[in-house]
Amino acid sequence: MKTLADLRKIREKAQQDMKLRNAGSRFKIVVGMGTSGIAMGAREVMKTFLDEIATRQIVDVVVSQTGEKGLSSMEPVVDIIEEGKETITYGNMNSEKVKRVVSEHIVNGQPVNDYIISRD
Amino acid sequence: MKRIDLLICCGSGCVSAGSLKIKNKFIELLEANDLRSEVNIIETGCMGPCDFGPVMMVYPEGVFYQKVTVDDVEEIVTEHFLKGRPVQRLMVTEDDKLKATKKEIPFYQKQVKVALENCGHIDPESMDEYIATGGFEAIGKVLSEMSQQETIDVVKDSGLRGRGGGGFPTGLKWQFGFNNKADQKYIICNADEGDPGAFMDRSLLEGDPYRVIEGMMIAAYAIGASRGYFYIRAEYPLAIKRIKLAMEQMREVGLLGDNIFGSAFSFDAEVRTGAGAFVCGEETALIHSIEGMRGQPTPKPPFPAERGLWDKPTVVNNVETLANLTSIYNKGAEWFASMGVGKSKGTKVFALTGDVKNTGLVEVPMGITLRDLIFEVGGGITNGRKFKAVQLGGPSGGCLTEKDLDTPITYESLLEKGAMMGSGGVIVMNDTNCMVNVAKFFLDFSVEESCGKCFPCRLGLKQMYGIMENITSGKGKEGDIEELIRLGNDIKKASLCGLGQTAPNPVLSTIRYFREEYDAHIKNKSCPAKVCTSLIHFDIDKSKCIGCSLCARKCPVNCITGNREDKYTIHQLDCIKCGNCDDVCPVHAVNIIPGMHYETLSAVQPTKKDTY
Repeated sequence: MKTLADLRKIREKAQQDMKLRNAGSRFKIVVGMGTSGIAMGAREVMKTFLDEIATRQIVDVVVSQTGEKGLSSMEPVVDIIEEGKETITYGNMNSEKVKRVVSEHIVNGQPVNDYIISRD
Repeated sequence: MKRIDLLICCGSGCVSAGSLKIKNKFIELLEANDLRSEVNIIETGCMGPCDFGPVMMVYPEGVFYQKVTVDDVEEIVTEHFLKGRPVQRLMVTEDDKLKATKKEIPFYQKQVKVALENCGHIDPESMDEYIATGGFEAIGKVLSEMSQQETIDVVKDSGLRGRGGGGFPTGLKWQFGFNNKADQKYIICNADEGDPGAFMDRSLLEGDPYRVIEGMMIAAYAIGASRGYFYIRAEYPLAIKRIKLAMEQMREVGLLGDNIFGSAFSFDAEVRTGAGAFVCGEETALIHSIEGMRGQPTPKPPFPAERGLWDKPTVVNNVETLANLTSIYNKGAEWFASMGVGKSKGTKVFALTGDVKNTGLVEVPMGITLRDLIFEVGGGITNGRKFKAVQLGGPSGGCLTEKDLDTPITYESLLEKGAMMGSGGVIVMNDTNCMVNVAKFFLDFSVEESCGKCFPCRLGLKQMYGIMENITSGKGKEGDIEELIRLGNDIKKASLCGLGQTAPNPVLSTIRYFREEYDAHIKNKSCPAKVCTSLIHFDIDKSKCIGCSLCARKCPVNCITGNREDKYTIHQLDCIKCGNCDDVCPVHAVNIIPGMHYETLSAVQPTKKDTY
């Protein structure tokens, strides 16, 4: 490390690893992790989200989970919360669908209408 | 990829409460639940509320858990980490309201974290995390854009003063160091924290070592030093380990060594461990200790900035002073000077201890009132007792009372009231404390720690202690208070270093505010707070006594006699006041009464040997 620019490069990378501790993320992905959600494969859905985000090196997204959403017939259920926009809820998710949501919604900003079960 | 950051407080307080065992349990259960790859476990430095320990935080939600036990770990993993339902019973509640995150907890609300900014937020053994929070930006900026004089001027403008106790303006100290030309200069970090009940320097070194090192580098550049020493006492092994580790990591990437950031500035530092002598916190004694000589102070001048370590210009700065520097250079001198009042700028870290609900490490803006510090941040007095006094500045400081509670805390206001900022130990006392006994305790500490070089301190303190000993054992006599004041003032005037100059303070300030308690001890042979065992007696209330004989059987000196009909009686002359009878009495018939019993009173007369 010989210049301030070197330092800032390291900082950028290090900040990525610490982003969970900073509130400034653009998207919040909330996976329903009630008993029925887990039974329907919510863990797999969440893991796919994490893998996709890691491989695409998306920085401003936080993945978290919540309890039973009440929509047991449509589990696994995922909320995509974006600052200043309506919350999009996807239902009947699986790994394949997650990949599409990440590439179309998270990366390109176009919600995947086929999977949406509610907007509010 | 990780989706959860679990920050476990591994400050000394939480470690002794079992946080390392909890961490291992987490690792075990996360592996069992196939979550290990999703959760990042980070051991942080002290988060502050030691009384709630072990504490931990879970991000991204920022949920704050307190008093976690090994048995709670399973619930946190299966409920919170797996299903996303934070465990409410482990959160802080205040007035029956749940406080889920740190921001909602009153303990944190009045605090402003500058020196402690990263403490409890980053992994103190990961340089990358420190860099992510803006680390080394300040030293980089200073080395590539500022001259030495400009660097000094920033600190002068900020109004930063030494946080170790004396409150000498840091900028001025640097200026002296800079002005004295020499082929070699030194910078020393004073981490010889010796006040009973003070642990802020330790927490800083343990929780954010990089910040202290970066601060030292800025100071070194400003005065032109190429070599630094951390003087850390040996009873802080974790602090020593972390500082050494941090320096190693910095050396690897060239942040310590030759031509740092491509500039002409070369710097390296090393750790020297102290054996724990209180006097070595005094800068000249500290320097002699590093030189390998006895840790004894020498007269100033020459000041260390002129002739210090190995007779070279040396600047000695306290840990907290150095920890403030990076923020000053990153955010500007005006920002720092905007906090605080009068000549006391910025924030101060206090170690809150004693009879206060939220004991722990807090950082508040200068000028906050004692009331806010003790009752808002500290949460008030435990067990619904009444506030009596607060001891500021440890054995060198003094105590303040209820009527001083609205005094803003600054270097000057405290000195004026007979206390001092010291390094920031705050010991809160409730109405069960005997102030004479408290003063005796601190005096005892100073007697033990006096290095013995100059006689006012060596002999004078011993004389004062003898008088205090007499007073608390019922041998006090008329004129003792005046003698204490006379001796105290003489010791303050004639002692060589800060230890002797401040050691009489606890006695003088308790005389100033609690003279009636001294009078009660001397004239009435009575300890109103029922602490000094010689000046209380135990008595059995015959109307309550049921004659069960339990006290008589448990008395170690067999001084209780009686029977079922006549009830039981304590024979005062033999009683050693152990309190066993009170502990075992099923009907609470044993009373503790202030004052000597008349039987013992007539038996105790001061002998010639006891007269000092």
